[in-house]
Amino acid sequence: MIRLQNIEKVYRTDTIETLALNSISLDIAKGEFLSIMGPSGCGKSTLLNIMGLLDTPSRGDIKISDQKTDHLTDKQLAQFRNQKLGFIFQSYHLINDLQVLDNVELPLLYRNTTAKERKMLATEALEKVGLSNRIKHFPTQLSGGQRQRVAIARAIVGRPEIILADEPTGNLDSAMGNEIMEILINLNRNEGTTIVMVTHDENMAHKTHRLVRLFDGSQVQ
Amino acid sequence: MVRRFSKYISLKISIMLKNYFKIAIAVLRRRKFFTFISLFGISLTLTVLMVLTAFIEKVTNPVYPGDKNSRSLYIKRLTYTSKKGWINSGGSSFYFLTHYAGSLKTPVKMAIVSRNTSSNAYVNNKKIVIDIKYTNADLWNIANYQFIEGKSFTPDQINKADRVAVISERTRNEYFGDAVTVVGKYIEADNISYRITGVIKNVPEIEEVFYANMFLPYTVAKSDYRNKDFWGDYSAILLSPSEQMVTKMRTEYEQMVTRISIPDNMKKDFDTLHSDADTYFETFTRGFFGNADNVGYVRFLLFMSLFVLLFMLLPTVNLVNVNITRIMERSSEIGVRKAFGASSKTLVYQFITENIILTILGGIIGVILTIVILQVINSSGLIPDLDLNINPLVLLYSLLACLFFGLLSGVYPAWRMSRLNVVTALKAQ
Repeated sequence: MIRLQNIEKVYRTDTIETLALNSISLDIAKGEFLSIMGPSGCGKSTLLNIMGLLDTPSRGDIKISDQKTDHLTDKQLAQFRNQKLGFIFQSYHLINDLQVLDNVELPLLYRNTTAKERKMLATEALEKVGLSNRIKHFPTQLSGGQRQRVAIARAIVGRPEIILADEPTGNLDSAMGNEIMEILINLNRNEGTTIVMVTHDENMAHKTHRLVRLFDGSQVQ
Repeated sequence: MVRRFSKYISLKISIMLKNYFKIAIAVLRRRKFFTFISLFGISLTLTVLMVLTAFIEKVTNPVYPGDKNSRSLYIKRLTYTSKKGWINSGGSSFYFLTHYAGSLKTPVKMAIVSRNTSSNAYVNNKKIVIDIKYTNADLWNIANYQFIEGKSFTPDQINKADRVAVISERTRNEYFGDAVTVVGKYIEADNISYRITGVIKNVPEIEEVFYANMFLPYTVAKSDYRNKDFWGDYSAILLSPSEQMVTKMRTEYEQMVTRISIPDNMKKDFDTLHSDADTYFETFTRGFFGNADNVGYVRFLLFMSLFVLLFMLLPTVNLVNVNITRIMERSSEIGVRKAFGASSKTLVYQFITENIILTILGGIIGVILTIVILQVINSSGLIPDLDLNINPLVLLYSLLACLFFGLLSGVYPAWRMSRLNVVTALKAQ
């Protein structure tokens, strides 16, 4: 599903060069739930951003669904992300000016859907995360766990093949973290969605199919 | 196929616009202070521009009673210049106008009116100031004064130097009280009694050529209208047979003026005599921006354009500034939208649309403010009998200018936003 070959990421300033990722090669199968662990600053999020086509590697190839992505234009990249990928962030990144339903509908706005379809799909996604009774609320009126569930609904509303989650339980207490993890596991199990999750939490990581460890930009496990 | 494609495109646009509108309103509501500053800037600018143009329009294009302006030319000033650089300017004499302008072949009519002189009248120990204008009979034919009662004095009455008067509604009310028929009654000014022949609807004071509270035959004026000096207190309005003939009438006057020799008593100090037949608008531009040789039209346009540009530039720069700040605040939203499928171009459109919505809102508030302010000015009596209106064309241009500046103030911030890296944008929160 996702194939990374010799991915390198170098951050350059005038005086210094920092190697954030060093020759990472990774194959993630369709329907796999993979977690990435490692100390802070080891390149976990950078790797996830590169997989999500939010960032570009300095060297190496990425193939997603057998498609090479290095030659895509800004518009094609946007379309590709919209169709294939869903994102969950540690700090939710919901748009506070919009109600829950509008937040969840967001990925569908960049597709050819009617308002009716969008509402239906967004409500369905919110039902899956148990928040269909909060559609008229604004994000600021929700708890952290509820906000992350809205973010999950937003990530799954377009039925992407891959979900990339960057420390989805990082800002939550363990009970809420477990709830979120349950939702992700069910999503992977029932819908066959491929999930790549960055986490600091060993317990969460052990609930996934495979664990990849990074240290100083290199893969150690 | 084409139909399906166009349906798809229009569906997509309507979804986007609805969403942009929702976001724009939400953002405006959340950032109340910024919204207020932006809207305040836009609406105030627009209001000042529209009130100003309403005023300029009234000054430069009187609808009442000068309804034949497109066929008229005005002779207001007579200027002597010398090679030494001396310039001396004043009104024309009755003699100059009848003798020279009166000899033109193109005009079908020529009204000659004096500058207003103030006179005091006392009613029940209350002082009333009456602005008096002396005129010939053609004023009543060229200007379309509305008579509330009675009619104008006749050429025969003028020739016989009858002490007759046409007064304004205001003077009638002040002198005789409201709702009284006054035709045939006498009104006293400067200790002379005049018999009233008619009462006209008030004319705003800024319409200098047409305005007076009391019109009297030129033959009863204290200064002798037969005096052969060129300088005097009078102006003339020339009426051409048609709009097309106005240019011919102007050329004829200009050529005639070049043939006039300077009176002997002026020859010692001056070499040239200037007098122009201008349109009503040109009398305004020449007065403020021109001189004897220059009608001042180009200078007026340049001045106005520069003024409008500078005036509109201020809220634009302010908007650019506010928008950049807003972008930085919304970088997380930008990151999220990009992550979930918005291209840079889509975001640029979104941001520009939001900005246009803001400027249109400002425009609407500006129009409402203008209507209110014009009403207040009209009813305040600050300038008596002034009736300022919104000019639909000015309104249209102002709204277009608003849109243009809205676009302008949105493009740069939107361009900066579109270049924002997704990862950086997401990290900003």
